[in-house]
Amino acid sequence: MTLHKTLALFGALLLGSTSLSAAAHAADHDGQQLYPLLSYRTGPYAPSGIPQWAGIRDYLTYVNDVQGGVDGVKVFVQECETAYTVERAFECYERYKNGYDGAPVAILMGTSSGFDAAASEKVRADKIPLVTNAGGREDAVDGSVFPYQFPLLFDYWTEASIVVDYVAKQVGGYDKLKGLKIATLYHDSGYGRDTIEPLATLSKKYGFEDIEIPVPHPGEQQQAQWQQIKQQAADWVFFRAWGVMAPVGIKTAARVGFPADHIIGDIWTGSEEDVRPAGTAAKGYLAVSVFPSGTDFKVSQTLKKDVIDAGKGDLKDQSKFGSVYYNAGLVTAIIYIEALRTGHKQFGDRPLTAAEGQWALEHLDITPQRIEELGATGLLSPLKVTASDHEGSPAAKIVQWDGKEWHAKTDWLNGDRALFHDAIFAKAAAYAKEKSLPAREAATN
Amino acid sequence: MTAIISQAPADRPVLTPRTVLLALGLVILAVVPVIGSDYWLNSLIVPTLVMGLAGVGLNLLTGYAGLVSLGSAAFMSIGAFSTYNLILRVPALPLPVALIVAGLIAASAGVLFGLPSLRIKGFYLSASTLGAQFFFEWLFTNFHWFSNDSMSLTISAPRLAIFGHDLNSPVGRYSLVVVTTLLLLWLAHNLIDSRIGRDWMAIRDMDTAAAVAGIPVGRRKLLAYGVSSFFCGIAGALWAFCYLGTADAHAFDLDKSFQVLFIVIIGGSASILGNFLGAAFIVLTPIALDILVQALGLDGIVDHGTVSNMLRIVFGAIIILLLIKEPDGLASLIGRLARRLSARPSRGTP
Repeated sequence: MTLHKTLALFGALLLGSTSLSAAAHAADHDGQQLYPLLSYRTGPYAPSGIPQWAGIRDYLTYVNDVQGGVDGVKVFVQECETAYTVERAFECYERYKNGYDGAPVAILMGTSSGFDAAASEKVRADKIPLVTNAGGREDAVDGSVFPYQFPLLFDYWTEASIVVDYVAKQVGGYDKLKGLKIATLYHDSGYGRDTIEPLATLSKKYGFEDIEIPVPHPGEQQQAQWQQIKQQAADWVFFRAWGVMAPVGIKTAARVGFPADHIIGDIWTGSEEDVRPAGTAAKGYLAVSVFPSGTDFKVSQTLKKDVIDAGKGDLKDQSKFGSVYYNAGLVTAIIYIEALRTGHKQFGDRPLTAAEGQWALEHLDITPQRIEELGATGLLSPLKVTASDHEGSPAAKIVQWDGKEWHAKTDWLNGDRALFHDAIFAKAAAYAKEKSLPAREAATN
Repeated sequence: MTAIISQAPADRPVLTPRTVLLALGLVILAVVPVIGSDYWLNSLIVPTLVMGLAGVGLNLLTGYAGLVSLGSAAFMSIGAFSTYNLILRVPALPLPVALIVAGLIAASAGVLFGLPSLRIKGFYLSASTLGAQFFFEWLFTNFHWFSNDSMSLTISAPRLAIFGHDLNSPVGRYSLVVVTTLLLLWLAHNLIDSRIGRDWMAIRDMDTAAAVAGIPVGRRKLLAYGVSSFFCGIAGALWAFCYLGTADAHAFDLDKSFQVLFIVIIGGSASILGNFLGAAFIVLTPIALDILVQALGLDGIVDHGTVSNMLRIVFGAIIILLLIKEPDGLASLIGRLARRLSARPSRGTP
């Protein structure tokens, strides 16, 4: 008896559900565009994820329900839980790469740098454009070597130059940087190590002393590192943390007596989730921000009225509305929709294929005027992508935490991207050589 | 001693249905790439087979030799990083040789971390392999030579080719995994049936008695660690290059070690087939649940956060239920089913 019951339970689960998925739906999402959302609502990074998915979903709900779709084409979101693991993300990717229920994939918006790095070869083989907002591999900006990867909006090299630029302005000019000490405290991972090279270049050019201090993952102990910063008498700290490392670092800095207003957090070290747990220690803390927080943007107000107050919002915790991560999701969705619009102008108002999605991204041009029309002035920086430049125009603001909310200290800063251009494109060329990739034929149009 | 007798030779009489099952399995493995889609090959079958293989590695150690290890993922990472470096730095080396050498490197690390098993037993022994787990994750993260100074510290799949035949397609990678797995299973099966396997079981059941009977207990224990790590090492290389495509040290963290351990526990210790059942359960159940929710349209009704968290609870509940109903694992469940089925026709014939 028991045997049968257990077997029935187990068999039904494993076999039944997999076959069910294939048979249950008969193309009832024809004429729609699939948005596979590789989310993480469970696992250690869920707190960063949940507001982002809400930002994405709320904007797409607004486009679908209020605007009647993108040029009449509805966006069909299929969420797939990855728990921030590469394995689960792969499964999701494979499940949806060829579309679902008659809705094709035009563009895949990446959600974790681990997956985006690992998927590099897969998207090349499958010819699916993968967008990594603010933080992909920087050599992927070379569209001739990485035709299917789009590290849009920002990169850590530009970030390094923005930080140095901000410091220079505070001390009264680039010539005053000589002899100054800027310590970089980084999460010891690929992401954290990414600024070592650009800072070395900047240090050579401007003569400041570059102190590099790694913190092992997950960074729950930073006493030794902050002591070192005090001992070496660093003037500024560029703080590149992720997750629990951020609040711990801010608190430790206060304990050793390093002023919070001389710490500049990285873009992933500048959300409410990073500073709130640090309490008063975080007051005056600075951060580089690509996704400014706030609810005053016109688009935020529209969403509040048409989606959230209408009970269609995805947020459970309404205090997250307008937070850094929520707005990051919002920016992601806006870019996605604008890319589809670009594609529709060329190919007609219908669901786009991946090849058309790639074309659309390479011709994406979000002008300041368009941003104003979208009601996203101040939220999104102008973005122009071309076949050879897959990043657009990186820009970020420096923001400051007053204990309650973030305040912008600067307008959009662009950093010194030209300084790194050759080094980055040399990396891409080296990659092309290592993998013996054929040169890409000149982009059409 | 009874356990020894009941383990190996008792299986002999039921050889015929077993052979049939084996033949059937081989046919399925051969047919799958023809009818299966890329999704099935890449996302479901390959990870199941590779994790199953890692399970076999641990099961040889735990199920047959009665030793513990919490470092399976560390040995997997050694296999992956060794294969990568061997192919990168010794381009003349063909892929199968690189895999075997990588397996041997993992095996030697296994022997090294198995040394404490000569002096300590049981629960305490797990500390040494846990040490391996943390040591190798640290080593591969902090010494960039292992990942060829790549900025992101990831290793990406080298050319997967055997004798000029490119295996870098879903079917190619699948074939590589299947052939490697079958060869290693054959090896595992023969080891278990050999004198070494019987020695392991004797040590598992009572090592003092085994020593009295003249079994070189220490050497056999170290061999068990070596063989187990050899299997895990090759599984790790397959996991990194045939499944993920790229990997870093964190792909082989403690969670992965626990996964391998759960595969053994759920599949059934001292069973080869059980590992693959266990792997299928661990790898496929979360996906199946996810797809089930979608197919039923539940994700439109309940919000996604709740669904994702519920699925984890359901998955945990299934594991608990299964272990209560079937403490010996899925293998014994299938075994009882097979016996019941084979008993039925004889009753039914007039």
